[in-house]
Amino acid sequence: MSSTNSVGRPTAPGQTNDYVHPTLTGARGLLQDEALIFELGGWDKTGVDIPDADRPADDLDGLLRTDPIGLPGLSEPEAVRHYVRLSQKNHAIDLALYPLGSCTMKHNPRLNEKMARLDGFADIHPLQPVSTVQGALALIDRLAHWLKTLTGMPAVAMTPKAGAHGELCGLLTIRAAHEANGQGHRKTVLVPTSAHGTNPATAAFVGYSVVEIAQTEDGRVNLADLEAKLGDHVAAIMVTNPNTCGLFERDVVEIARLTHAVGAYFYCDGANFNAIVGRVRPGDLGVDAMHINLHKTFSTPHGGGGPGAGPVVLSAALAPFAPAPWVVSGADGFRLVEDQTGAAAAAFGRMSAFHGQMGMFVRAYAYMRSHGADGLRQVAEDAVLNANYIKARLGDVMSPAFPDGPCMHEALFDDHWLEGTGVTTLDFAKAMIDEGFHPMTMYFPLVVHGAMLIEPTETESKQELDRFIGALRAMAGAAKAGDVDRFKGAPFHAPLRRLDETLAARKPKLRWRPETIPPLAAQ
Amino acid sequence: MRYLPLTPDDRVQMLGDIGVDSIDALFVDVPASARREGFVDLPHFAGELEVERELAALAATNVAAGSVPFFCGAGAYRHHVPASVDHLIQRSEFLTSYTPYQPEIAQGTLQVLFEFQTQVAALMGMEVANASLYDGSTACAEAVMMTKRVTRRNRAVLSGGVHPHYVRTTQTLAHAEGMEVVALAAAVDAEDAVIAAIDAGTACVVVQTPNVFGTATDVTRIAEAAHAAGALLIAVTTEAVSYGLLKSPGEMGADIAVAEGQSIGNALNFGGPYVGLFACRERLIRQAPGRLCGETVDADGRRGFVLTLSTREQHIRRDKATSNICTNSGLCALAFSIHMSLLGEVGLRKLAALNHQQARALKTALEGVKGVEVLTPRFFNEFAVKLGKPAAAVVEALAAKDVLGGVPFSRLDPDAGLDDVLLVAATETVTEGDIAAFKTALTEVMA
Repeated sequence: MSSTNSVGRPTAPGQTNDYVHPTLTGARGLLQDEALIFELGGWDKTGVDIPDADRPADDLDGLLRTDPIGLPGLSEPEAVRHYVRLSQKNHAIDLALYPLGSCTMKHNPRLNEKMARLDGFADIHPLQPVSTVQGALALIDRLAHWLKTLTGMPAVAMTPKAGAHGELCGLLTIRAAHEANGQGHRKTVLVPTSAHGTNPATAAFVGYSVVEIAQTEDGRVNLADLEAKLGDHVAAIMVTNPNTCGLFERDVVEIARLTHAVGAYFYCDGANFNAIVGRVRPGDLGVDAMHINLHKTFSTPHGGGGPGAGPVVLSAALAPFAPAPWVVSGADGFRLVEDQTGAAAAAFGRMSAFHGQMGMFVRAYAYMRSHGADGLRQVAEDAVLNANYIKARLGDVMSPAFPDGPCMHEALFDDHWLEGTGVTTLDFAKAMIDEGFHPMTMYFPLVVHGAMLIEPTETESKQELDRFIGALRAMAGAAKAGDVDRFKGAPFHAPLRRLDETLAARKPKLRWRPETIPPLAAQ
Repeated sequence: MRYLPLTPDDRVQMLGDIGVDSIDALFVDVPASARREGFVDLPHFAGELEVERELAALAATNVAAGSVPFFCGAGAYRHHVPASVDHLIQRSEFLTSYTPYQPEIAQGTLQVLFEFQTQVAALMGMEVANASLYDGSTACAEAVMMTKRVTRRNRAVLSGGVHPHYVRTTQTLAHAEGMEVVALAAAVDAEDAVIAAIDAGTACVVVQTPNVFGTATDVTRIAEAAHAAGALLIAVTTEAVSYGLLKSPGEMGADIAVAEGQSIGNALNFGGPYVGLFACRERLIRQAPGRLCGETVDADGRRGFVLTLSTREQHIRRDKATSNICTNSGLCALAFSIHMSLLGEVGLRKLAALNHQQARALKTALEGVKGVEVLTPRFFNEFAVKLGKPAAAVVEALAAKDVLGGVPFSRLDPDAGLDDVLLVAATETVTEGDIAAFKTALTEVMA
């Protein structure tokens, strides 16, 4: 059979060689080596057609900007190409499993995006008359109702803009409550050693000193240590439940009882609510305040690192101290309580301008309505099932940090199983990139050596889980078989190899700087 | 359920592989008293069409800004955003990625952040910028807290032109941090009044230009006074487009500049999500809050970008961190950066000039309404008018005539005694017809 067509074009691969070489341009097939806009754009170019003003700003003498700003412009085709090329250098949940423990990288439904872009939500101003935004206030009210019902809590502060902002809101509420009740002397917050870094950072930001609570052998809060450290000086405890080891705090009711017995409040970090939504209400566990990451449990997109939203559910005791503004419903529709007067006199203040992350509220509400009470319960069950499936299927080749009993929505492994292989957790994680997966959360929580925290979420199919498990089993086999080179230099197939973070920190280069001063574009 | 890929058969098989006989066995650690057997009291599963119907009905009861003559500002501005911006930010790889913890497979996000930081620094005339904060108000509060760390002083002086929400957000955080805030009384044109309030214990002076009443001020003199006392100057802006026309914070001597970046690339969204811009002098960067992206090289010597100086941050420093922040406003920063790349300096300057022109046209129109007095002496695209009657009622009456005619100052600060003051803004989206309709409606309401 001929392997060329009639004009001599080969129609079969023919003989190929193994010659691996850097390309002449820096590109790798479809992956372009994309320059910065400052190297691409024109100082006199623009991709937006805007009419010239009819008259000069002759009323602003001495205030006008005359220096070159230094902003290049791109035409629309150039801009589209630039950002599409850049996008192709990112991993994303839409590409493959993104098992970043504690981050809940689940599918982001596109219906949510469509709903958030309705003019009646996206094109309304935060300070238009409330009579013209009744639908927006109704949506916030409905979302609040869902959050309160799912958590079994009587109140919710909607305005915090992220999980850490929610923590801040929760602790400020607690602090205001203590001050109002003559308990302002309480200056200590207890935090387990396994906590997210935001917990101690938030406590310190609010003016509290942080004392760590020890952990038990089975990865939970050590009750004896907690009891020993509780006292009249303690303002609150901050406990993540399910905790960052992916385990449910079995003694959570007792933790709450001990905490309340000394007059302290129980702040729950709700980052892992996805594991229990619809099955467990934090209000039934004795929680006084808990933030909910709408971008985790309720599927609003992570967007490369924000924007998130972190509403905080509150107990009746804390509710009066919640920050302004909030929505109230009355006979003649919805109102906004925007300042600290009347019923809001006890509010501790304001978390930010305006009323919170409306765009995220619409997305989260669309997601909740889609799932409903039955679907959300299934979410928790499938999230927990998927994590336990991974733990079971990898348990014989990797070392689960807490092998006894089930985990919740994430499976935690330590690096015990890598001993003697010459491969570290970091190497293993980087080699996962070559196999097409985003690495799991690594070296967190801090209480487990070489931690690998895998959170698959409920939106992975069994096929994708099996593909992931197959890849990790093969990698574990390679590591144990001495195939160290596969790991030490990894990744080999990503857009870039390992980056020099030490160099970046030692000589910070935080912006592009011109070789020469650009010409004054406006001239 | 359309978002859940597992089938009933999958579940049975997986439970078998785990070695348990029911899903309940995986929830054994939940105390019996807290296990809920049935569903919570909420509606069940709904199809896409059903959800669309409910939300579309809610949205339809709101008056969209684009559907009427619209003049609201006061910290959030309606601008035209090119169609390509919203298209690009919905690329899966931007929308559904997370914080770039693994730089080898996050260079898209990281390069965008590096470009964003450079654009923001240039826009503000500052040396360096961070990868964004939640919004302008929290950026302002974080900046104030930062000056306490830099100066080891404990007092912040805020001008009477700073947006009242920004003042309250700052006071809230400052109270927690034990920092004293001196907030001067609201004043249309008195940024300079802060000079008299500076003392040896002052960590920072916060001024806003254009301020909440729209007044544009050259704050150079205030910066000099602050520096003479060993304090830092924080310059706040709520309308980032103004940088295309007015002197930048850096040129006027600001040490830290913060702004609401919503105007560029982002919709009104009823107040959020927005994007806080934060820039400062390079020598201060190690005390700055929030994420920073920096340039470096990979193992093959190729240029790449990483999150850097993270020893300031909570996941390393825990209770010693510069802030508890663990995110930025990524997708909003991306939208900002794309829109800014499309505009370029040429487009930004034209856009700013057009905004200013529209606001002047609005001023001319409103000055012709009996009983209306323009208070703001120098403005960009927003100014304050005195109505001689409660502005909140006027705004409601205008809304009844299908005109969204600005923001009553009492909405921002009911205790300022400025109930008859209305803030009005005009951007490039406002037409001559809109201005004429506003004038007609206001004339009727004021009569």
